[in-house]
Amino acid sequence: MSSLPALLVAAPLLGSVLALLAGLVRSKTGWPVALVTAAVQVVGAGVLASRAFDSTVSYVVGGFTAPFGIELVVDGLSATIALLVAVVSLAVLAYSRAAGPRTNAFYAVYLLLVAGLTGMSITGDVFNMYVFLEITGLAAYALVASGEGGRSARAALKYLIVGTIGASLFLLGIGYAFIATGTLNMADLSTQLAAVGYTEPLVQAAFALLVVGLFVKVAVFPLHAWQPDAYAGSPDSVSALISALVSTVAAYALIRIVFTVFTVEFLQANPAARSLLVAGAVVSIVFGSVLAVSQTEIKRMLAYSSVSQFGLVVGAIAVANETALIGATIHLVGHAVMKGGLFLTAGLIATATGARTVDEYEGLIQRHPLGAGVFGLLALAMVGVPPAVGFVGKWYIALGAVEASAWPLAVVILLSTLLTLAYFARILERMFFRDASEEPRSSERPAASDGGVAVDGVSVGMIGVVVAAALAAVVLGTLAFEYGQLLEPTVQALLS
Amino acid sequence: MIDLLATRGYFLVAFLLMGVGTYMLIGSPNLIKKVIGMNVFQTGIFLFFITSAFVEGASPPLLSAPEPYVSPLPHVLILTAIVVGVSLTAVALGLIVRIYDEYGSLRESEIREVAADE
Repeated sequence: MSSLPALLVAAPLLGSVLALLAGLVRSKTGWPVALVTAAVQVVGAGVLASRAFDSTVSYVVGGFTAPFGIELVVDGLSATIALLVAVVSLAVLAYSRAAGPRTNAFYAVYLLLVAGLTGMSITGDVFNMYVFLEITGLAAYALVASGEGGRSARAALKYLIVGTIGASLFLLGIGYAFIATGTLNMADLSTQLAAVGYTEPLVQAAFALLVVGLFVKVAVFPLHAWQPDAYAGSPDSVSALISALVSTVAAYALIRIVFTVFTVEFLQANPAARSLLVAGAVVSIVFGSVLAVSQTEIKRMLAYSSVSQFGLVVGAIAVANETALIGATIHLVGHAVMKGGLFLTAGLIATATGARTVDEYEGLIQRHPLGAGVFGLLALAMVGVPPAVGFVGKWYIALGAVEASAWPLAVVILLSTLLTLAYFARILERMFFRDASEEPRSSERPAASDGGVAVDGVSVGMIGVVVAAALAAVVLGTLAFEYGQLLEPTVQALLS
Repeated sequence: MIDLLATRGYFLVAFLLMGVGTYMLIGSPNLIKKVIGMNVFQTGIFLFFITSAFVEGASPPLLSAPEPYVSPLPHVLILTAIVVGVSLTAVALGLIVRIYDEYGSLRESEIREVAADE
């Protein structure tokens, strides 16, 4: 079982091929294959996580010892993200059984995305990370395009072009770091970069290119332009999956690059590097929220909300102390659960009532109490009402900023709660305290991105997942402080 | 400056290609040309890696050849990156075919007009 890390990447790849092959025999057989693979993935990631918190698990690929070969390294942080990827992809599968898309090709690409994301979270080699980043990207572009109509194709092409530029900048940054040091292994890079000197222009340029490349993937303002179109243009199950995982894993990669490869000493030696992170964080939080307030479509509003929430995570990276990093990890997990849940709930409501815009949510509590209730609960969790997980993440990040005496950042982080409330309050007020002014206007707006399901096609699986997400947002909040203590050794190792 | 041009010419060309590619990607209204621009941009990066592997007067990295050797690693990396680039181009062109079917145009402005009418 020592080859578990490699199997964790291989299993979804194998499942992806199987789903495609099964489609040749019989159509619509992709879902069971994907379900089995995702269940195996959850078990594997769970076992790995139970070991990784005690001591770092590493695996040498193909017998080429590090730093020459590729190494997979799993510590508490990467195990958390790998487990998150596995669990969320299993949950979204339960939703997509009824909501579609149902083709085998869709599930093949779905599993390919899981493979790419898992690979990114457990690799210990920067070039390997680039390859997984591109696999993730390619699968995500194809998934966004799986919606019907021209809108999803246009969103996917935009995502592809912007995403490729981001990944290419990341590759260029790897090139700079490679020329400076002659190695690609993350642990080796960090010692070699220190030997070259943190104030060397080559090293500084490598940092800037890697970080900006990942900013594109995380969707930090102003490099977020692909994200609202991609989330709003794709089928509901895809927008939930992508919003919950793709940016999250990119943000994890940012933590890895900044702390494992460049280390805290680099940030101390280069105030400009820290300013870059702070600027990205502040601008994202503020403008993401402002843009979210001005949206009329629910899914676009949720997408801009992600821009602002990832600003918080980037802010925590800029603070670079133990508390803030624990907060960043909790917020990454919490945001994945809450935002994935919100997108699924929005999909559920759209399937049941046809409502897809903020105005159509008026009086939703009467028409669809369950959807309105879950949406309200998740929205409040996102705002940061205790004891939900959204509160714990923000609490840690804000506390970390105060500990580091990063006052401007601390103010913006606290302000972000109000800003989050600003855009969710609009919806909460319409859902609970207004009567529906007229019949739902779903007939006026064709559900462009719908997977082609009948309007009342809400399945037990869809409701189950949505309720589970709401429960998880609350339960995780109560567990988060214990988890923070569990994560402490990992974060200490990351910062040393 | 002249000295820099003479000794670092290959790097300059690589970055020039990246610039040309980015300009095409942003400036051209035609979707196919955008994808070509993306390819040119990536090619610039590939050449940058390959250039970094070059050692003056070195032989190919074969045990039968005399030292010094050029670095083989960037070549391997770029081989992977080229495969990634080809897949990206394939997906992009596939999407463009769908967009053309839907909107009957490859020009960004016309597509936007048709989309706004929907």
